[in-house]
Amino acid sequence: MLGTILFFILALIAILAAIGMLTSTNAVHATLFLVINFTCIALFYLGLNAPFLAMVQITVYAGAIMVLFLFVIMLLGAERVQLNSTLRWQVPLGIVLVVALMVVSAVVLLSPEVSISLPSVAPVAADTQSEGSNYGFGSAQAIGEVLFNRYLLPFEMTGVLLLVAMVGAIVLARDEAGKTIHNLNPQADSESSAAD
Amino acid sequence: MSDLAIFILDAAVKSFIIVMGLITGFAYTTLLERRFIAMIQQRIGPNRAGPGGFLQPAADAVKLIFKEDIIPTNADKVVFMLAPMITTIPALIVLAVVPLGKSVTLFGHTTSLGIADINVGVLYILAVTSISVYGIVLAGWASANKFAMMGGLRSSAQMISYELAMGLSILAPVMLVGSLSLGDMIDAQKNMWFIVLQPLAGLIFYITLLAETNRAPFDLPDAEQELTAGYHSEYSGMKFGAFFLAEYVKMIAVSAIFATVFLGGFRFFGLESLPIHIGAIDLTGWLGPIILIAKIVPSLLLMVWIRATLPRIRYDYLMALGWKILLPLSLLNLIVTAVLVVLGVFPTFGA
Repeated sequence: MLGTILFFILALIAILAAIGMLTSTNAVHATLFLVINFTCIALFYLGLNAPFLAMVQITVYAGAIMVLFLFVIMLLGAERVQLNSTLRWQVPLGIVLVVALMVVSAVVLLSPEVSISLPSVAPVAADTQSEGSNYGFGSAQAIGEVLFNRYLLPFEMTGVLLLVAMVGAIVLARDEAGKTIHNLNPQADSESSAAD
Repeated sequence: MSDLAIFILDAAVKSFIIVMGLITGFAYTTLLERRFIAMIQQRIGPNRAGPGGFLQPAADAVKLIFKEDIIPTNADKVVFMLAPMITTIPALIVLAVVPLGKSVTLFGHTTSLGIADINVGVLYILAVTSISVYGIVLAGWASANKFAMMGGLRSSAQMISYELAMGLSILAPVMLVGSLSLGDMIDAQKNMWFIVLQPLAGLIFYITLLAETNRAPFDLPDAEQELTAGYHSEYSGMKFGAFFLAEYVKMIAVSAIFATVFLGGFRFFGLESLPIHIGAIDLTGWLGPIILIAKIVPSLLLMVWIRATLPRIRYDYLMALGWKILLPLSLLNLIVTAVLVVLGVFPTFGA
């Protein structure tokens, strides 16, 4: 009962934050709405008894990625979102498409031919064990065990992919002389090269 | 009363006491800092209000409350108002996962000292510290002032850089214990503190904590000399007071976390469970918080000492220190610890 009430309050906040993010004309405000939305999702994970996932959601999405977004927005001074007149026709079309998608998904999900069980609102009991694991459901140990046994290859491949992306970004941001060109802080760079 | 009501009441009362304790701690940490710095600089420091300056924090609070609250014309009003709150809240809630002592019995109700020793306590600390950067960044942006903006940008770059080394250095003790709960971590340090087993991780963690709290020598976001106080230039009155409070509460909180992870927390080789009885009152267990405070105060003094001694480091050195020294060192320490744990060099702490 309490879980259901909390779920609907959180769901309302999450949806309002998402709408606020889409409609605000200030990029910093939009970022903040998105942070609220991510925090709500983290609380959903907590409610579903996945504390590890909840904390990682806050640390990685709300804490790291969105701070980076803010950093870039502030650095470029790109707070004002101007709705370009050539793109204005996209808004009504987007609304129509979203409504159509939601109706179709609802019909598909609720039709008797599709037998999928919707995720329950009630949290899984804390002592429920994950399949083939000695640890509690959703605990850091259980996730680690699954990640490094059954999903080791995808996990390592994701890691290599991220490393390649990082190296690629560094290579793109450098010219032949090895000096950064897309420099965020020219003053600090000139100082450091002088110090070198 | 139902179990749920008792549980909520229990948590609410404990949270209230801890928040009040932190705010009182903040008031007297400011006095401690001013008197201790004065001592180092051979001055006297504030000693007029009350005996030995004991009422100075109260005088400061009254001054801040009665100051005019100014909002700049071009400021983003809502974000400008929200920023001090967003800064203060993470500082106050981060201690929720730190156990302050063993369980005590009060009026027939047994309760553990500490709010919630959850099984992802370390991750909770990292999550809350990663949120705390928002307050400073938004304060800088919303003020519509280029010095404040510069402070906000510096702080976000600094916090992103030092969070990595912080997370990696705290992982070494986590590996020794095999648990993310701070309670398990304290239990594992019953016989030996982790600062002995993991001196490098402890040192890196302390340095990154200084950076996360924006304390000297990493106080570039609010450098008075170059940025006219940085991100809180435009704030006055109690809104400035909120930033001030957040900084000192964070100092106390990170000192408590450091003491918990590396210095055995509320334990002191069995002293914490010494049975004490005064008359008919059972005071067993209340030594825990006192031991923890006795570990926090030297750390606070060390922070003040560092501020009084070291100059602020330059921005590019700050970045170089974070990315080129602390991050590789903590990564190396993590790898070495992992190998040693697998080889069974460290004693096993049952998790």
